[in-house]
Amino acid sequence: MPQPRVYETEAVVIRKMNLGEADRLLTLYTSSLGKVRAVAKGVRRPRSKLGGNVELLTCSRLMLARGRNLDIITQSQTIDSFMAMKTDLQRTSWGLYVAELVDRFTPERQASRALFELLLKTLNRLAGDGVGETALRYFELHLLELAGYRPQLSRCPGCNTELPLSCRLSFSPVAGGLLCMRCRAGEPEVVSLSADAIRMLGRLQDSDGEDVLKTGLSQALNA
Amino acid sequence: MKSGFSSDGSPVSRLVEAFHKLPGIGPKVAQRLTYHLLRAPEEEARALAEAILDVKEKIRLCSRCFNITDIDPCTFCGDEGRDRTMVCVVEKPLDLLAVERVGKYKGLYHVLHGALAPNEGVGPEGLKVKELLARLQGSPVREVILATNTSLEGETTAMYLQRVLSPLGIRVTRLARGLPFGADLEYADDLTLSTAIEGRQPV
Ligand SMILES: [Zn+2]
Ligand SMILES: [Zn+2]
Repeated sequence: MPQPRVYETEAVVIRKMNLGEADRLLTLYTSSLGKVRAVAKGVRRPRSKLGGNVELLTCSRLMLARGRNLDIITQSQTIDSFMAMKTDLQRTSWGLYVAELVDRFTPERQASRALFELLLKTLNRLAGDGVGETALRYFELHLLELAGYRPQLSRCPGCNTELPLSCRLSFSPVAGGLLCMRCRAGEPEVVSLSADAIRMLGRLQDSDGEDVLKTGLSQALNA
Repeated sequence: MKSGFSSDGSPVSRLVEAFHKLPGIGPKVAQRLTYHLLRAPEEEARALAEAILDVKEKIRLCSRCFNITDIDPCTFCGDEGRDRTMVCVVEKPLDLLAVERVGKYKGLYHVLHGALAPNEGVGPEGLKVKELLARLQGSPVREVILATNTSLEGETTAMYLQRVLSPLGIRVTRLARGLPFGADLEYADDLTLSTAIEGRQPV
């Protein structure tokens, strides 16, 4: 069965590039298709009906028409422009960092509802009054997990023994987790983490992050 | 004529390739332009070649405002009739022309040559920001008008400039943002509509 020519989806604009006189090539992270590249025609003209609906870091409901190479955005309506984030320089740069990570970590047209939700949740947090940096750490941990790189924090990835609680341990990016003392010996590239930092990572990994978000990382570490 | 072209190094294919490198010109148009010039009178081709060389040889950036110019300082910076207490900051030379076309603004300009785009690797050091700060130090400028685009990059640039300019004690203003003329309210995005409501004026 042929695919329908037009489709509708929710999408966050994660990258944009000017194209020709007045068009833009957008990279979207959509709820239904994952990462999609699409053209917004005439969007750089002041009277464009797409206008701010397809600005970077804006979530919109879009209608797209399938094209030969790239899909074309035909209609748009803003769902959330995350205004409070965009009126703050620091929070905007965090938002851009999130968009860049999503772009780098995802192949085109591989849908992940979970990643779309994570992206929205993070942008909402950056536009809220919680601690921005905590929202970023939460995002990074869960992005890694969705990409299949969930850091192992309770069992040593080398020998599968259960790790001791509340002591300083070494994290190996290559092994993908915290190493026990024995396995740590053979690993040249490790990062030493305090017991507090490890507990913090665990809390971010296993919760929806809301409790930690309110207090911020440093306070939560001292709790 | 084949639709593709091979680069055999002949004058014709060299010209086709040169046109093809220009923004917005596909292989078909590049071929059409080349064959147009092949049939055109020699003066027309010569005039085009000279204009291109002149642009490269004579056009440079104004040492004060960084607009493109063939004389330094440029006609705006050199014009004694312009208001030297105001500087309008734009992203690119074409934006300066757009502001100038209206004829309402009689102050000086500063061209940034871009906007902040960290994800594309453009930071403040890639723009003429240092140069803006340097020319404002001890100058008679009392107001800086931020006329960057209303895109995320333009807004971010304006926020950044506002921050680095505030210690100088100069009034910093931003071009009003809101509904464009001829716009349909129904299609306006939230950000545009909300800035338009905030910036409403008595009629
Ligand atoms: Zn082990
Ligand atoms: Zn000048």
